[in-house]
Amino acid sequence: MDIITGVVCPFCGCLCDDLEVAVEGNKIVSVKNGCAYSLTKYLNYQKERLSEAVVRKGEEQVPVELDEAVRKAAQILVDATYPVLYGWSSTGCETQHLGIELAEELSGAIDNTSTVCHGPTVEAFQELGHPSCTLGQVKNRADVIIYWGSNPLQSHLRHLSRYTLGAEGRWRKGRDDRTLVVVDVRKTYTARVADYFIQVEPNMDFELMSALRMALKHEEIEQDTVAGVSVEDVEELAEVLRGCEFGALFYGLGLTMSSGKNRNLDAAISLVTDLNKWTKFVMMPMRGHFNVNGANTVFLWQTGYPFAVDFSHGYPRYNPGVTSVIDILSRDESDAALVVSSDPVANFPRKATESLLRNPMIVVDPHKTVTTEKAEVVIPSAFVGIECEGTAYRMDSVPLKLKKVVEPPSSCPADEEILRRVLKEVRRLKGGN
Amino acid sequence: MELLIRNAVVYDPSNNIEGEKMDLAVRNGKIVESVEESNAKILDAAGMMAMPGGVDLHSHIAGPKVNKGRQLRPEDHLRYVQRKTQLTRSGVGYSIPTTFTTGYRYAGMGYTTVIEPATAPLETRHTHEELNDTPILDKACFPLLGDNWFVMQYLKSSEIEKCAAYVAWLLKAIKGYSIKIVSPGSVEAWGWGHGLRSIDELVPFFDITPREIIRGLCKVNNLLNLPSPIHVHCNNLGAPGNYEVTLETMKCVEDLAKEGHHSIHIVHIQFNAYGGSGWSDFSSAATKLAKYVNRHSHVTADLGQVLFTDTTTMTADGPWQYILHNLSGNRWVNHDVEAETGGGIVPYQYRRRNYVNAIQWTIGLEFALQVKDPWKICLTTDHPNGGPFIEYPRIMTWLLSHEARDAAMKKINKRARNKSVLESLDREYSLGELAVATRAAPAKILGLMNKGHLGFGADADISLYHIDPSTTDPSKDYRKVRKALRRATYTVKEGEIVVKEGEVVSIPDGKTFWIEAEGLEEAQKDVWSDLTQTFERYYTIRLENYPIGEDYLRRPASMKVAP
Amino acid sequence: MGLELGKFSDAYTRSATTCEMNPEDMEKLNVKPGELVRISTEHGSVTVRAIKALEEVPPGVVFIPYGPWINLVVRPETHGTGMPSFKGIEVDIEPEKVSRVLGAKDLVEHS
Repeated sequence: MDIITGVVCPFCGCLCDDLEVAVEGNKIVSVKNGCAYSLTKYLNYQKERLSEAVVRKGEEQVPVELDEAVRKAAQILVDATYPVLYGWSSTGCETQHLGIELAEELSGAIDNTSTVCHGPTVEAFQELGHPSCTLGQVKNRADVIIYWGSNPLQSHLRHLSRYTLGAEGRWRKGRDDRTLVVVDVRKTYTARVADYFIQVEPNMDFELMSALRMALKHEEIEQDTVAGVSVEDVEELAEVLRGCEFGALFYGLGLTMSSGKNRNLDAAISLVTDLNKWTKFVMMPMRGHFNVNGANTVFLWQTGYPFAVDFSHGYPRYNPGVTSVIDILSRDESDAALVVSSDPVANFPRKATESLLRNPMIVVDPHKTVTTEKAEVVIPSAFVGIECEGTAYRMDSVPLKLKKVVEPPSSCPADEEILRRVLKEVRRLKGGN
Repeated sequence: MELLIRNAVVYDPSNNIEGEKMDLAVRNGKIVESVEESNAKILDAAGMMAMPGGVDLHSHIAGPKVNKGRQLRPEDHLRYVQRKTQLTRSGVGYSIPTTFTTGYRYAGMGYTTVIEPATAPLETRHTHEELNDTPILDKACFPLLGDNWFVMQYLKSSEIEKCAAYVAWLLKAIKGYSIKIVSPGSVEAWGWGHGLRSIDELVPFFDITPREIIRGLCKVNNLLNLPSPIHVHCNNLGAPGNYEVTLETMKCVEDLAKEGHHSIHIVHIQFNAYGGSGWSDFSSAATKLAKYVNRHSHVTADLGQVLFTDTTTMTADGPWQYILHNLSGNRWVNHDVEAETGGGIVPYQYRRRNYVNAIQWTIGLEFALQVKDPWKICLTTDHPNGGPFIEYPRIMTWLLSHEARDAAMKKINKRARNKSVLESLDREYSLGELAVATRAAPAKILGLMNKGHLGFGADADISLYHIDPSTTDPSKDYRKVRKALRRATYTVKEGEIVVKEGEVVSIPDGKTFWIEAEGLEEAQKDVWSDLTQTFERYYTIRLENYPIGEDYLRRPASMKVAP
Repeated sequence: MGLELGKFSDAYTRSATTCEMNPEDMEKLNVKPGELVRISTEHGSVTVRAIKALEEVPPGVVFIPYGPWINLVVRPETHGTGMPSFKGIEVDIEPEKVSRVLGAKDLVEHS
């Protein structure tokens, strides 16, 4: 039996890199240090797994050789006028590179899952900036931690113990040295362990943040309550924040998905920027997928934009609301789709899904999903971080190399390999390179 | 593969060639004495000037800070777009171009080696990924060490050898090239929201001064026998009166210069050459600093020249970037890196009519024109801080031509113009001196023996321009010269023609240099337990996941050095 | 957890078809834990199972995990941001006596 240490978990944006995976005969036997999600993934990834490439012939999805699937996929993409390439957040950076190259070759659009996740964060970043740091700064220095619209005890299970509330850092030894503030619509599990729980009315985060900014400056708030929170509580919270030595605001979908969207993030960034007048304060988005940040990062250095990139003019263009996948689909503008390691048929609003289903779809994924069921071509891939290597970027942008701990089945190549072959075939069909 | 360039007017200052019409022969990527004409590709360079390929030793082109800058400035991307062609990838960006565009654009100007001067070791994997995607150019990156916890702790307890062992380990672990120091101690203080103004203030909790950090790392540099001196972004950057800190910084390592070597390279000295006590009496201290540099042989500097344009400032100097955010009201990105360093990004526009900006503009040129020995100067803008690298040709003409400077001077803030000594400086750089400032000196400072010159055995990195020195007077015909310098007639990289008339015709991968410092294996054993402990306690990744394999670099080129 | 057990697993279906409610609202609607409710917006409607919220929701608010079921009713408009309206949307809710909760496979056909 082999024990592989320092394994980087390919589940969420925490990218915990201290997993110990025991492997025997190419099978994962046990995993130490991972959270429940991590363990579930490592021990169950074979469930509902795709084992062979299929191509739709008539009503059926018929098993085919990989080559045939690649050829068919390339043909669909080349025949399309405006293909859309989506997903990318649950795979390695090496694959993301190829996705961009392919989208550019096809003059199509490429988008990643931040479009339905932290896209609004990025948009606010573009307008206002973003005071941030790596997670170790929080671990070592932070005495006030805020989770706003984020419930890590459900979504990022080791976040508190590894990086924030319970972590032992150079200047903060643990729970007793830190204050936890949770702001949420519901009294979540995370809220239950907070020192301060602020229950905000749905869609009123912007107002609450604005009130906080006023309270910080000792301005008079003329209402008795804001967003369902009493002015006394707002003022008390402002004092806690202003009086700390190092504060960290972690925020999630509660801000990005509710009404206001990027404006909620505008308010958050303004709040944290304001706080830096009195103390040291940072903020960080709680990234969901383990490599959505990698997708943003690679997209940025190659195209200049973090998501929603359009190549129809031969160079990268970016205009969320126009070049973002939900909007492209809502307007029925695409005529083919390549989906990599994502399940948009399950994850998109119905109108977008209906449009997507009118496109011939090619899906590259290790799992059987609602999307694979509806595809024209499905190519099964290996699990990045388990069966093949890849680079990933943590929620704070620290890059890590994902390890391979077992061999994939021979019918499931790495998606990097699959994309490379599709790109080659696309070029061959187009008669170039 | 063989190449013969005929009839070029060559400027190769390292080999004392100043405007000589001669042939250049290339075989297997190197300059050689001669090649068989029948075998070789012949390039007739009549009417052209040849220089070694440009070497930029300080330009922020790759890595997490640069990329966050790209994220911050989608509007900047609209100013320049590049369509995909059969050969080249698409791209965007004026002050912070995307990576493919960066490589093409530099090569288009005749540059062949560019250094990313500031990378946080923890995130250098990212820097290498971006450098890999920067085509054509040879490159390297410098790890930021001036606020590094290991460094500060070892230096505090005067354990120079252990510090050196750590630095040697680090350079290998992250495939770095040289020691970079940015506002030492101040960026660690910024982890708490503070900054340091002088080099004798103590870093909170670490009880060491910037002076001690600079001296300590200089000693480490000597011990390891690294090819380049320490590169230092001085404390108190951007503040009126900061020239005093710059002088102190240069002085503090005067006694540490090894025989025939420099002990310190001051980066973008313009930003640290300010006199006065506030913004209203803000003034240039370029003359004072030039005087010091003239009298001392242990210092070199690069300019950090500003241009009147809308650009993006980005440095590891977290506290300075916050100050600039407050001064300008512009968007602010901050990114501190655990146990190592920090950084910030703020868009900024330099305006001709603005008194302070106009003085800043005069400073870089005043310095360049008053330092007598061109080997002590490198032409940079601290891209993109002072302006984008594509504007280098404009700066070059300001150095070559008094008339060009005058034309620019006429448009700047009157008070600044009157206060500056620039108008009284008659000196004009010769083409040979320009070749020093943009090729020979940076290569020498970097310790890249095969770059920046065209002697036998040098890498065949050559740039040819439509400038015929026999008929063109750069002093008068500066517009023509500027135009020519923007688009190399030919850029040759390792003997291969990669650019023709400013357009990329081939995209080979460049090398990534990194230093393998040997000789301290015993001391490294002692350091190992400190490494393990510190990572366990204070980092958020495991020590075993920190080092970057050579397989990450598309074309690694390690250079071994030993004490 | 269901996510890692597969999109067609019972665990995933169970979690993505659960509607967490405030007990006051359940009383008002006369819905017992485990019974079905219908959620509707102008975009569509879906039947899900009501339970007493594990993580307290205030009256007037229900919580349903992200997934293909709730995607039948959320608002696709992105208001120029690319992000649909997934949270904080106003919905109508009533007890459901007739239809059942669709299984994952049915959902696919339903699409």
